[in-house]
Amino acid sequence: MANPPDERVDAPGGLTDRWVPSALEQERRAYRRSRTVRSAAIASISTILVVGALGWVLTHSSGWPRVQETFFDWDKAVASFPAVLSGLWLNIRVLLVCAVLITVLGLTIAVMRTLRGPVFFPLRLFGAAFTDLFRGLPLLLVLLLLGFGVPALGLDGLPQEAVFWGCAALVLSYSAYVAEVFRAGIESVHPSQRAAARSLGLTHTQSLRFVIVPQAVRRVLPPLLNDFVSLQKDSGLIAVLGVVDAIRAAQIETARDFNFTPYVVAGVLFVCLTVPMARFTDWVARRQGFQGSGLV
Amino acid sequence: MSLLSVRGLRKSFGSNVVLDGFDLEVSAGECVVLIGASGSGKSTLLRCVNLLETVDDGVIHLGSEDITDPRVDPDRVRSRMGMVFQAYNLFPHLSVLDNITLAPMRVHGRPRADATAAARAILERVGLADKASVRPDELSGGQQQRVAIARALVNSPELMLLDEVTSALDPELVGEVLDLLISLKAEGMTMVLATHEMAFAKQVADRVCFLHGGAIHEEGPPAALLGAPSRERTRAFLSRFVGL
Ligand SMILES: Nc1ncnc2c1ncn2[C@@H]1O[C@H](COP(=O)(O)OP(=O)(O)OP(=O)(O)O)[C@@H](O)[C@H]1O
Ligand SMILES: [Mg+2]
Repeated sequence: MANPPDERVDAPGGLTDRWVPSALEQERRAYRRSRTVRSAAIASISTILVVGALGWVLTHSSGWPRVQETFFDWDKAVASFPAVLSGLWLNIRVLLVCAVLITVLGLTIAVMRTLRGPVFFPLRLFGAAFTDLFRGLPLLLVLLLLGFGVPALGLDGLPQEAVFWGCAALVLSYSAYVAEVFRAGIESVHPSQRAAARSLGLTHTQSLRFVIVPQAVRRVLPPLLNDFVSLQKDSGLIAVLGVVDAIRAAQIETARDFNFTPYVVAGVLFVCLTVPMARFTDWVARRQGFQGSGLV
Repeated sequence: MSLLSVRGLRKSFGSNVVLDGFDLEVSAGECVVLIGASGSGKSTLLRCVNLLETVDDGVIHLGSEDITDPRVDPDRVRSRMGMVFQAYNLFPHLSVLDNITLAPMRVHGRPRADATAAARAILERVGLADKASVRPDELSGGQQQRVAIARALVNSPELMLLDEVTSALDPELVGEVLDLLISLKAEGMTMVLATHEMAFAKQVADRVCFLHGGAIHEEGPPAALLGAPSRERTRAFLSRFVGL
């Protein structure tokens, strides 16, 4: 068969070079520009007004001098900063290790729950029980049970470090959430994709691995990253086990003179840590929205 | 001997009996076109043959093998057939080339270089050699459908199953796909295709089957069946199509 030329796609390419927008289009663009400038101006003015008013109300309240002294003491902030920052380094390491483990465990549980056939009943049951249990248990409770309970058993071979059990609690709790996100993604891939994969002779596992899961992961990336933003701050909860992370470091600094400024320092650092991740999540979501429109 | 032989096939969804004692023999190199009202079971039949549905009763033979036997490996059986869907069902996260090489590499264990060469040859043949690296959603409907056909062809299937491969396409694109199928037929490919396009049926079919009431109500060569149907129900169905 001769190759039919694809005129529909190739034809317009050469014609666009000498195009000058018409007067109508130029007028429309000028209008759009003026609207953009106007909205930006309105947004800035209203922000300044609101923030200014809030600041005035706060700083003119009767208790403000005391609050300023105990929460916003600049010298105390500078003094406690190095200790809190080095505590934060632990949070970051915990976060990185947990994120990897959570992704792996979450995806495994999600895949377990989508397996069909009676042979896999125990795996499905395990997956369902796991998600039900760890989504239901408060994270703090899991932390306390694992962090204080397991080492108390005194079993040989089990690690005793509080950091280890803190991470284990984070991984178990978060994997249950992340598994549900992955499962929603897997189920959102249209059944026709599975049919196409199977009709090519791919096995169930191959269909999952090469066709279903890659599409599912792309789709759930924004909610998944959102869970990791949440993990960044929840990594501070391991402080209850006595691990010296940013929050525990702040607590130690505070204990000397009952000035709470170190907590504010820790808070600011946590926000600085999560903001880039949150912006990245937004960026991914926007990009997906754009790409997703072409698919079904 | 028939390449595909369907005997006494029964398939229902709940209380809806779609195929009821369905019989069909397709010999090697033959092109059989299935027509019939929406819901008459054309897609269901193709899906049963491709083992995407489990049948309620009856047997399907591919060559000498009973493929409805639960002991056969359905993945191996499917890899002997090529199925093309109405909605193309290309994998949106893979390039055109990767869509085509996935099965040769993963199912047939061919090395990447070999699979890529085969895929490029088949893309050349469907007239899309320059589109190997683009994503499916950057192609027009006709181009996507030709990629889907290429994906099914690359495994050198013994039998092609095509389900309304042109119903999402405008008349010009229907022509593209039709040309491709005519050339496949000339090479001796065995095909079973479901369609609502009578003109299409007329041009490629060796035999046209009209499905009604869960079975083949009437069949015959395209000119005879489409031109002068002998049964009342067939006439009523075909009278809806102008220009026949
Ligand atoms: N997965 C399913 N679950 C339940 N019912 C189904 C399913 N697939 C098909 N059916 C039913 O089976 C009947 C036949 O459907 P089928 O898709 O085979 O028809 P068709 O001849 O291909 O129609 P069309 O020309 O519209 O594609 C319909 O009544 C449909 O509702
Ligand atoms: Mg159909």
